[in-house]
Amino acid sequence: MNENNNIVEVVGLKQYFRVKTGFFRRRNLKAVDDVSFAIKKGETLGLVGESGCGKTTVGRSMIRLYEPTAGKVIFDGQEMSKRNVTHMRRNMQMVFQDPYSSLNPRMTVEDIIAEPLIVHKLFPKKKDRHAKVVELLKLVGLSPEHARRYAHEFSGGQRQRIGIARALSVDPAFIVCDESVSALDVSIQAQILNTFKKLQKQLNLSYLFIAHDILVITYMSDRVAVMYLGKIVELAKTTEINRNPIHPYTESLYSAVPIPDPITARKSQRIVLQGDVPSPLNLPSGCSFRTRCPYATEKCAEETPPLIDRGDEHYAACWNR
Amino acid sequence: MNMQGLHEKKEGVILSVRNLSTSFFTGSGEVKAVNGVSFDLEAGKVLGIVGESGSGKSVTAYSILQILTHPGRIVGGQVLYKGVDLAKFSQRQMREIRGEQISIIFQDPMTSLNPTYTVGNQIGEAIRLHTSRRGSEVRDRIVELLTLVGINEPQKRADQYPHELSGGMRQRIMIAMAIACEPDILIADEPTTALDVTIQAQILELIQKLQDELGLAVIMITHDLGIIADMCDDIIVMYAGSIAERGSADDIFYNPHHEYTKGLLHSIPTMEKTDDMLIPIAGSPVDMLAMPAGCPFAPRCPSAMKVCMTDMPEELEIGDGHFASCWMNVKDMVMAEAGEQHE
Ligand SMILES: Nc1ncnc2c1ncn2[C@@H]1O[C@H](COP(=O)(O)OP(=O)(O)OP(=O)(O)O)[C@@H](O)[C@H]1O
Ligand SMILES: Nc1ncnc2c1ncn2[C@@H]1O[C@H](COP(=O)(O)OP(=O)(O)OP(=O)(O)O)[C@@H](O)[C@H]1O
Ligand SMILES: [Mg+2]
Ligand SMILES: [Mg+2]
Repeated sequence: MNENNNIVEVVGLKQYFRVKTGFFRRRNLKAVDDVSFAIKKGETLGLVGESGCGKTTVGRSMIRLYEPTAGKVIFDGQEMSKRNVTHMRRNMQMVFQDPYSSLNPRMTVEDIIAEPLIVHKLFPKKKDRHAKVVELLKLVGLSPEHARRYAHEFSGGQRQRIGIARALSVDPAFIVCDESVSALDVSIQAQILNTFKKLQKQLNLSYLFIAHDILVITYMSDRVAVMYLGKIVELAKTTEINRNPIHPYTESLYSAVPIPDPITARKSQRIVLQGDVPSPLNLPSGCSFRTRCPYATEKCAEETPPLIDRGDEHYAACWNR
Repeated sequence: MNMQGLHEKKEGVILSVRNLSTSFFTGSGEVKAVNGVSFDLEAGKVLGIVGESGSGKSVTAYSILQILTHPGRIVGGQVLYKGVDLAKFSQRQMREIRGEQISIIFQDPMTSLNPTYTVGNQIGEAIRLHTSRRGSEVRDRIVELLTLVGINEPQKRADQYPHELSGGMRQRIMIAMAIACEPDILIADEPTTALDVTIQAQILELIQKLQDELGLAVIMITHDLGIIADMCDDIIVMYAGSIAERGSADDIFYNPHHEYTKGLLHSIPTMEKTDDMLIPIAGSPVDMLAMPAGCPFAPRCPSAMKVCMTDMPEELEIGDGHFASCWMNVKDMVMAEAGEQHE
């Protein structure tokens, strides 16, 4: 049985994609390259990083929408496999990044939200199912009348909430929230974040919370993991990473946060990282960040820095900091 | 009409939206997605549009470009581009406006990129459609544009399909397509929602560069009040199809005169880690099919008065270029006038 307090553990996860790079050539794209972390029961781990660094892929591999290239995912003490995936998925849900293509436009909102209930044979009576759908709509700030409408009739933010209601329908223990509030206005965002937090307290839910908005990440997360080109480069408690970022990428990430105050914005110079983001198809040797890093030395080109505990469970992967 | 004239003159008001209304005629009734919206966009300036999700920000943009989906159509008002009313243009005339004079980057790149063509093909199509570039010139321009928007290995990426790219990369492809023909106005509908802040900073920098170099005017639709504070000269705050408040960035952030604007500003999380709940605006969004008679925000407004429930407030100029639609301001004004008379 599960002895530690982790709801989910990711161990040495690798997710490579075969992609075409020429007429006959195919190469491995290392979307996720040897990632390990654990999330405790009732905890939120924030995941931030460069666009294309593999955040969504981590989430998708965790709920096994992809068969991992290597590594394993241990959910509540049990290793996930092809065989137990359907059963496990009831307890792990994902709210997808893209509210447009992830909702079938030909289904009504009720059908969309009720689908997981049907798949997992919950609320077999239609009347009970409808009641659950209404409850979920209210929970995410939509009105019961919306149940009969089609997904294409809704704005981006409204669709996002339909996706959230759907994920919550089966009372999962763990949810991957992939940019779940990025399409929402700040008031509804506040409402949804409060809802996520409230549910977490009530049900001891755990989240992998993927977002690019550092203000949202800070508010939601107990700990934050920073990814760069398929690898975790820093992982620490939220307050710690805010005050004392170690990795140069984290540092630039946190300094580029747009602060909602015009006077501050006018005063502060936006720091724009120089250099190209290397292609995941053609990773630089050693540390992937070195091509954009102001502190890079020769060693960075030779050896990949390991993720090391710098004290008090503040992990960072950098030779020079 | 003469399209040539449209390319000149790059100062003053370039786009003037007057009393624009757009509705969707759905099976369950008329959705007044945009309801009497008026604003001006000055050449070379950045105008931000914020507001509730579903408040009509995207539909306003789509109306300007006449790219509304069925069953939506403009039911009133004007879209004056350099004095010419685009709302009266045919689809054929609009095709010459779109991309060449006014471009849009969408909230969701996947719906506007064709999954069956490589991204290079799609950018090339935009170039061939609107310019005289042909053959290797097109390929050169594609690579140039991809480099401009920060995509590494542009030669290789050009031959990939949209699904092989991350969300952020797709968004950059969209931007490359939008600026391919150096338009006057760029409408950016949540352009950086999918991007991390370092790339976001690059994109915002890129938009500012294009703005400086080409005198590009930008309409920036976003929920991110950080971007708004950082980028915008003027701001429009929308609620339920109407403009609640508009003014300069400082007016909106430091002197808000609409309870919805105040609520928005209070909802933003801060960089300080706290366990406190956030303070969203109470109540739920309006049902656009059953709009209240008075001010659409009244049912959620902490200072609502009787009149707010029955009558829609008129837009009132509070300061130079600062407008709000709220009965409180009318009341304050009347009280102030009464006070003056008293003395
Ligand atoms: N199905 C796929 N086939 C091939 N490559 C893929 C596939 N899915 C993702 N990739 C590649 O894997 C890398 C990681 O993509 P992923 O979508 O996980 O990034 P992300 O961090 O979620 O980015 P964003 O913040 O832009 O959403 C990218 O280089 C992307 O092009
Ligand atoms: N095809 C459609 N059919 C019916 N109603 C529609 C359609 N498209 C949009 N609407 C309605 O028009 C209103 C305005 O939508 P719009 O997409 O402009 O919102 P928005 O302000 O851009 O929101 P978001 O911030 O979530 O993107 C919404 O209430 C929406 O339900
Ligand atoms: Mg993603
Ligand atoms: Mg929109």
